[in-house]
Amino acid sequence: MMSIDVLVPGLLTTVQDGGRHHAHGIGVGVAGAADAYSMNVANLLVGNPPTAAVLEINLSGPRLLFRRATTLAICGAHIDAQADGIALPGWRPIYLPARSTVLLGACRAGARVYLAVDGGIAVPEILGSRSTDLRGGFGGFHGRALRAGDRLPLGASHTRRRALDAPIIAPWWIDHEPDLDFAESIAVRVLQGSDATAPSDALLTQEFIVDAASNRQGLRLHGASPLRAANARERVSEPVVPGTVQLPPDGQPIVLLADAQTVGGYPRIGHVIAADLPRLAQRRPGQGLRFIPVDARQAALANAQQRARLGRIAVAMGTVGDWEKATR
Amino acid sequence: MSAMPHIEPLGDSALLLRFGDGVDAAINQRVHACAAALHAWAPAWLLDVTPAHASLAVHIDTNTLGGTDPLDTVHAELASWLAETRTNSIEIRERFVEIPVLYGGDSGPDLEILATLAGMNPAEVVTRHTAAICTVAMLGFAPGFPYLLGLDPALAMPRRANPRARVEAGSVGIGGAQTGIYPAAGPGGWRIIGRTPLRLFDAARDPPSLLQAGDRVRFVAIDAAHFAPADRRT
Repeated sequence: MMSIDVLVPGLLTTVQDGGRHHAHGIGVGVAGAADAYSMNVANLLVGNPPTAAVLEINLSGPRLLFRRATTLAICGAHIDAQADGIALPGWRPIYLPARSTVLLGACRAGARVYLAVDGGIAVPEILGSRSTDLRGGFGGFHGRALRAGDRLPLGASHTRRRALDAPIIAPWWIDHEPDLDFAESIAVRVLQGSDATAPSDALLTQEFIVDAASNRQGLRLHGASPLRAANARERVSEPVVPGTVQLPPDGQPIVLLADAQTVGGYPRIGHVIAADLPRLAQRRPGQGLRFIPVDARQAALANAQQRARLGRIAVAMGTVGDWEKATR
Repeated sequence: MSAMPHIEPLGDSALLLRFGDGVDAAINQRVHACAAALHAWAPAWLLDVTPAHASLAVHIDTNTLGGTDPLDTVHAELASWLAETRTNSIEIRERFVEIPVLYGGDSGPDLEILATLAGMNPAEVVTRHTAAICTVAMLGFAPGFPYLLGLDPALAMPRRANPRARVEAGSVGIGGAQTGIYPAAGPGGWRIIGRTPLRLFDAARDPPSLLQAGDRVRFVAIDAAHFAPADRRT
């Protein structure tokens, strides 16, 4: 079986896919890629279904040995990557010869990188997904982040090509704008939550800085003036979802990400729209963001437009056969 | 059904059905009846349901819906479905589960202080805790973590002001008027009175969660000789 050997694991590298969507009732959250857009594109570039299992790399990357020739793509945060000394640029397919060592450095812009491999990472499906549930300790590769010495199984490769001596890198790439934005401060579209702040526009009138204590469960934000819920009553736990903006007693909001728990008891003062979760997942500690209000129609339009851009990439990948033929 | 739940958006991919806003066994039963009815209905856009104490989330696959406001479409469908479906009459498969617990000592480091605060001796706490028939109101916080209603009111106790950095897997704790059980080791603020050798959550098992929402539960005191956690992760 085709596999990848983990030589150095990186800071927090996990197997993720489109997430677990049918086990909320027993307290199991979605997990999955925090930046689903980059995962989708990386998969499309290597000919996989958009939500096939990939490696999610946080801030600093792993060193991996590919024993057999394969196709891979690196999307998401900007990162220095190389295969045996040859630089590997992002957002395009790369054909890799057998016995290549891929070294991913530190993210230069953004926080999370998605490495897709032709055939996908073939860890077993648990509760309908190959994603790692870090809190539950299951799914992905033995329910945990990768360690040195791990051997990741790969699915059957669907590309057949001649033996290569060096990587072949596509001369074109996918433009990730407007779906990702790596600027120091960005705008994130937010829907109204069930709880109001006092004053009601307090979430919208200041800039927030991403706190270092952020993780896949939530982006902890820090604003100059702490927020206050309009109604201070104690709340019974209610369902929450990735994108929910929670307000803990300290007045500093937390935006839940992919590893969101299924229920929460804090006031819910907003919800980031699905189309903006990828750019949110790419925020680094110390970077800024502002919330701008949208309504349900604007959110639905933004989500549909993002889906359409992914759809066009999928179509294009089916029609770039000429370049593929030339490298075969 | 009696009173229609209030329907509101929960972001752009889910709707929240709210039946009330407190911890109440009768309201919770309506939540589970509705959850079961939704699963039985299974419209194409339904991804999943998250039942909570007094509300439930309806997770929607917006890919299956067109239109300028897919959530609005589902909202209308749900409202008319609720109006014509008697979700109260849905029969919930009721299970009864006994949970063996080793009370006190290292397994229940808060038993003595809880007894003192409640004005009784530890043995009486155990007697009262094992006498009650509890109901699983919801699972959440962590995979397989049950929130159990039906605690003897004399044992109700606020959570610790400073959560413990580590609570062992299987720890049985009291938080307010509820009992909870930690499926895995980790930080926790509930007052730990005992520990069960049962494995609450195992993703490789079918079903993965020992308990399901709506289950009836009774705790049974065991002694150290019968505590055999060999088959589970600690």
